[in-house]
Amino acid sequence: MGLFSKALVLNTVDDKWLYTISSKKKLIDFNLKEIWRYRDLLILFVKRDVVTLYKQTILGPLWYLIQPLFTALVFTIIFNKVANIQTEGIPPFLFNLAGVSIWNYFNSCLTATSDTFKTNAAIFGKVYFPRIIVPLSIIISNLVKFGIQILIFIAFYLYYLYEGANIQIDGSVVLFPVLVILMGCLGLGLGMIISSLVTKYRDLKFLVTFGVQLLMYVSAVMYPLSLVNEKLPKYAWLVEYNPLAYIIETARIMLLGEGSVTTFGIVYTIVFVLFTLFLGIIIFNRTEKSFIDTV
Amino acid sequence: MSNTILKVSNISKQYRLGLVGTGTLSHDLNRWWYAIRGKDDPFLKVGGVNDRSQSAKGDYVWALKDINFEVEKGEVLGIIGKNGAGKSTLLKLLSRVTSPSTGEIKTKGKIASLLEVGTGFHPELTGLENIYLNGAILGMTKSEIKSKEQDIIEFSGCKMYIDTPVKRYSSGMRVRLAFAVAAFLEPDILVIDEVLAVGDAEFQKKAIGKMQDISKGGGRTVLFVSHNMVAVQNLCSRCIVLENGRIVKNCGTQEAISAYLSIGAITSDFSRTDDIADKNVYIDDVSLIKDGVKSHNVIKSGDHFDLLVQIKSKMALQKISVEVGIDGANGERLVYLSNQLVESEINLTEGNNKVSVKIPDFPFLPGDYSVTINLKENNGAKLDIIKNEFRFRVEGGDFYKTGKLNTNSRGKYLVAHEIFKLQ
Repeated sequence: MGLFSKALVLNTVDDKWLYTISSKKKLIDFNLKEIWRYRDLLILFVKRDVVTLYKQTILGPLWYLIQPLFTALVFTIIFNKVANIQTEGIPPFLFNLAGVSIWNYFNSCLTATSDTFKTNAAIFGKVYFPRIIVPLSIIISNLVKFGIQILIFIAFYLYYLYEGANIQIDGSVVLFPVLVILMGCLGLGLGMIISSLVTKYRDLKFLVTFGVQLLMYVSAVMYPLSLVNEKLPKYAWLVEYNPLAYIIETARIMLLGEGSVTTFGIVYTIVFVLFTLFLGIIIFNRTEKSFIDTV
Repeated sequence: MSNTILKVSNISKQYRLGLVGTGTLSHDLNRWWYAIRGKDDPFLKVGGVNDRSQSAKGDYVWALKDINFEVEKGEVLGIIGKNGAGKSTLLKLLSRVTSPSTGEIKTKGKIASLLEVGTGFHPELTGLENIYLNGAILGMTKSEIKSKEQDIIEFSGCKMYIDTPVKRYSSGMRVRLAFAVAAFLEPDILVIDEVLAVGDAEFQKKAIGKMQDISKGGGRTVLFVSHNMVAVQNLCSRCIVLENGRIVKNCGTQEAISAYLSIGAITSDFSRTDDIADKNVYIDDVSLIKDGVKSHNVIKSGDHFDLLVQIKSKMALQKISVEVGIDGANGERLVYLSNQLVESEINLTEGNNKVSVKIPDFPFLPGDYSVTINLKENNGAKLDIIKNEFRFRVEGGDFYKTGKLNTNSRGKYLVAHEIFKLQ
């Protein structure tokens, strides 16, 4: 007993360690203080991602605009002119541009974060910094890209308004940033889950590449939510329980003043996003400690 | 209050051998099943010794096993060992890149690592942009880097290229820049792995000097991993030697380097490992002779050095050449001896021949040396060669016959000399 208490005293004297590296894993190990200390790294990563993407290209950041514009144009021709999908009186091009821009933000967040561990294996294998900095920087640099795309959307919006189209901005548009954050968080959460699993099981990589494509079709990107309920009531749940569809539909209400969402849908979406984000952080945390052994 | 800044206790790291593929999921499920019942990971009980050349006995291997050591504040600790001994794994654990399988590492200071070259350099960004990015990756804030920007550029010696993308840099320039950033980093513990392998001689010297400044002036602790024994000797006050994932030695640098060099080396008698069956002439035995008897490969500085080379020949050969090279501990050639140089004629007869190589007053300092012997025919055709297969150790001796010993840090050779005042 005497020996035991002595050891205990020694332990407390020696207990001035800054931190301990051990094999034990905590469920949540989310060190906000540390992330704050690395904020400059976050900024530099964002800068790197934005600046280097189009280095040695002629059009440079214009590529940010060309992608959504052409996608929206093709969608308009295929879905609205050929397949004759009705967009509730809103100019189809503007309708598609809104959907595509927001979808693109989610899409690029998800695909880029889901590759976090694999693409950064070299640097993660050598230096320690809070790994979550990388997915966070992806979300933010994509936000910059999204901001540019929103500008072009505003330009077309004003053009159509001038032409006298039946569009009106909704007062709830002040909540638009919240919507974007939700979208980013969803991409972040899902991306982190996938990136953690993909280090060991490469199968997921294939699932992501084509899964995201399929996901777009059930996310009400190029058609209004009401249209599915009307034409395919049997499979409407696929879209209805898809939080992405709600986010995109809500965005269209805010920006174009047209669409249909329920309170349940909004609450469901928020809960879903928060849950995914939380799960993503837990899984990411568990993986980041030893992924380098399996990647 | 002890001065310990880093304490490593019972650290082990297990790796899976072979492909991570089939069986991964089943092992994961097995682990999870043990974990929810609150038991230890079953796979931690198995695992072979990390000996690269042996065939594997199971699916798991201990890259590191039961590592214990402490580092004092301001100490420069060298970590040496052969390839695959676990050095880099240890550094990875220390720099939190991966977590240990068992045990824990406690530290009182921030650890920053400089593992290999230009970690996180983005090829498209300019040198200056990369200084900021690299600095931030290593844990500096923007303002810290800004205050040291000029010093870093100055130290790297890449001022002209600082606004050029790093992809246009030579590999040496990248190392310079990377090292410069890390050198001005101010962690409490700096971890360095083999960075000096690339830069040129001038830069290596600069880097070693800087590291000495860091540890002496700044009171910072450095953990240094290298195969370059000259650098280790210049920098480190203490070394740990790793072999097959275990610490075999934890002692002063000089002793540790000797231990490292003796791992897997022939330290006792000369024995050939290569095939000599079809050679007409070959070196059968090499030994050191002291006062007429075979010594155990240890001589003292200032001793008469008698190397006895026994050559077996299947025929008589006239005027062969015997060349002897003696290499120091770091593999650098120290002397070249040849019977051609001293105009001594050696003729082989059929059967056993004994050739003696004599150096009066052996002029080398204490340390380990290896011998290369090359036999050639009169026309230059090769007969037989042994490369570093004979080793011997030199201990401090009375070279000057004054009873005064030269310690190892002063010079490399002992030269008979006189110093006196002219009338």
